[in-house]
Amino acid sequence: MVVAYDAVRARASYSALAERARLAEYSVNGDKAYSILVGTATCGRAAGAMPVLDAFREQVADAGIEARVLEAGCMGHCYAEPMAVLKRPGYPGMVYHHLNPVIARNLVDNFFKGEDPLFEFLLGAVGTNESMLPKLTDLPRFGREDRRLLRRTGVHDPGDILQAVALGAYAGLPRAFELGPEAIVATISEAGLRGMGGAGFPTGRKWAACKAQAERERYIICNADEGDPGAFMDRTILESDPHAVIEGLIIGAIAVGARRGYVYVRAEYPLAVERMRLALEDARRENLLGDDILGSGFSFEVEIAEGAGAFVCGESSALMMSIEGKRGMPRVRPPQSVERGLFGKPTVLDNVKSLANIGPILVSGPESFADVGTQKSKGTAVFALAGKIANPGLVEVPMGTSLRELIFDIGGGVPGGKKFKAVQIGGPSGGCLPESQLDTPIDFDELSAAGAMMGSGGMVVLDEDNCMVESARFFLEFTQDESCGKCTFCRIGTRHMLDILEKIVRGQGSLEDIERLEELAAEIRDGSLCNLGKTAPNPVLTTLRFFREEYEEHINEKMCRARVCNELTAYYILPDKCARGCDACVGSCPVEAIFTSPQKRIKVIDQSLCTRCDSCRMACPTEYDAVARISPLADLPETEPRPEGNRGQS
Amino acid sequence: MTEEEQAVLDWLGEYFRKQGSGKSLITVLLALQEKFGYLPGQGMREVARLMGVSAANVYGVATFYNRFRFNPPGRHEIKVCMGTACHIKRADKILDHWKRRLEIGAGEVTPDREYSLERVACVGCCTLAPVTVVGDEVIGNMSTSKIDGILLGHDLDRKQKVDGATRETEGA
Repeated sequence: MVVAYDAVRARASYSALAERARLAEYSVNGDKAYSILVGTATCGRAAGAMPVLDAFREQVADAGIEARVLEAGCMGHCYAEPMAVLKRPGYPGMVYHHLNPVIARNLVDNFFKGEDPLFEFLLGAVGTNESMLPKLTDLPRFGREDRRLLRRTGVHDPGDILQAVALGAYAGLPRAFELGPEAIVATISEAGLRGMGGAGFPTGRKWAACKAQAERERYIICNADEGDPGAFMDRTILESDPHAVIEGLIIGAIAVGARRGYVYVRAEYPLAVERMRLALEDARRENLLGDDILGSGFSFEVEIAEGAGAFVCGESSALMMSIEGKRGMPRVRPPQSVERGLFGKPTVLDNVKSLANIGPILVSGPESFADVGTQKSKGTAVFALAGKIANPGLVEVPMGTSLRELIFDIGGGVPGGKKFKAVQIGGPSGGCLPESQLDTPIDFDELSAAGAMMGSGGMVVLDEDNCMVESARFFLEFTQDESCGKCTFCRIGTRHMLDILEKIVRGQGSLEDIERLEELAAEIRDGSLCNLGKTAPNPVLTTLRFFREEYEEHINEKMCRARVCNELTAYYILPDKCARGCDACVGSCPVEAIFTSPQKRIKVIDQSLCTRCDSCRMACPTEYDAVARISPLADLPETEPRPEGNRGQS
Repeated sequence: MTEEEQAVLDWLGEYFRKQGSGKSLITVLLALQEKFGYLPGQGMREVARLMGVSAANVYGVATFYNRFRFNPPGRHEIKVCMGTACHIKRADKILDHWKRRLEIGAGEVTPDREYSLERVACVGCCTLAPVTVVGDEVIGNMSTSKIDGILLGHDLDRKQKVDGATRETEGA
């Protein structure tokens, strides 16, 4: 097929748009106006960004300053939310952290009306500057980060397409029309981009396969069904920079010859859906979507398909079933989706991050991407750091960075003086790696070899207070529940594994159970069609490999060393630490299990009533720290019996 | 036929007149749930009739996805996140406390229809774990005492409303 698009007209239309965006000058790069960008992605909102936004609006109005107060996405510094970028003439964008409405009002008064930047609330300045302002890039984590996918997140208002364009959005489009389909695919292949959804299949090869199909009607889909519990990179990108994804979709459509595309977003992300919808409308209005895009002669339309909550729909054939309105059950392959996918037509499916990478690769050339990373994994990886970590948030590092650097240098390590135990990578399909594996570089193949997987990018840190058997049970419970039920091994095998794990965490397991788990794991892996089943045993296998002693302790000694498993742990108030006069624990107990002993006047827990809800341990003032968890139960000291009618209060 | 059942049928008729029958079944069901808060049985049968598929087909799709519910939600919808990050920060204790305070299990509604309780896979706010979504509001760093605070706040709101209403009647 010979396709010739009018690249000259497309370039001219894009230049006009870019010029308009430049003149608008109110992005953080501009230097004429006052503006405030408040991070109001879902995580920012949960941390209290909306009252901060209102406070900025009110104060700016009261002060009579002509300043735009805008909603931006998320910069990925979740530990520092709520955050805002303030921009005024003579200064670069200034990023403030841990805001509240009072600080917000003060900032307007001092920094906008006066010229005092209130350094005490400043995280750093955006970009470089000649003055002595502390830069964001001076923060230790930035020295190791390489922000490509997160290039625009949090520093512009995704609801205003001109701001995105001013920061480089859609610059890849005119280039794509100049290159044409063949050269686009070649460029992506040369860059070495691999599917960022976790599987790591080369994107260029996928596109080439779809392009080679005889069938003319083709589809391109963005997979934003981020089902891995513990991952939120895709949500952040959709909420903070939806235009990067749309740009990737359009270029992909030009490459494979698709006329229609879908963004499949999961139901639990209402804000992502809303912002994507708005971004699509904006793109349509600017003729970046629809008929005759930028006058090139190419037409393409994108629709949002909302998921309805099914983990298996992250699998390509199940996802397509779901868009068609059916039960999302994977089918036997071949034929592959690129041959017969959505509505039986050739379809390419790419993850949010893969698509967000496309534009810059075209603009800066494939080498700019291929130069970063390892031999086989190019570019950067975005991880969602969460769990027991000092600075949780989104980080983007070059492939090849070690897990240790990521967790300790960037994430700040485990807080509260606790000991690092494991890092869970790749969610329910991935595995837990212990301290000894932390020098593994981030790379599709290296992580798989270590027993984990790149996965979607969720990374949850576990410390000494987490039980590995319990966490394996948690993941199995999840995959068991989410198994679509098509393959017997996945449907029933995972149920058996879960039953065994539940027995072990209750202290009723036997050593043969461990062998049975290993047998079942192998059978489920071989007997399942899709990766949900094939990878479901991974969390169990890796914990058995690296933390076998914890399984054995649960079985032989009825002990949970993390003191997490309810049936193996008791709460006990240490007599020599209890402050006696204090009633904090008594008031906190939801089942009135705590009483005051008549003899010693200390608090005692009635073990027959205790639900192990942890409330008393939380309530006990830190200077006493008198509530202890004891495992195994055999170690629990004898306690006084509760006298008749004793209600607790001293 | 109850008033609600009639409303469901009328609304569906109108929806199909406006949107045509080209929409996917999931889209139709999502719209129906958006409107009524749940999927009424009568509504699912009517969708099947209008789309020319069997009722079993509609029910099969509806039960496959976690998002669809078959009972009316409470006035305050409580969704407890049970994702990985929340789990390791003891989301189970949070869910237990909601259950204890509301005296219902996950997936149930209080008899007065004030509260419904659900467990959800992950709302993507992992850095604020443990998380609970109350209505549309995502609340991070949950604790049992925070739950008590939220419920107390709701109680006070209700009392204020009742008091206000009494005052108004007295004034009139």
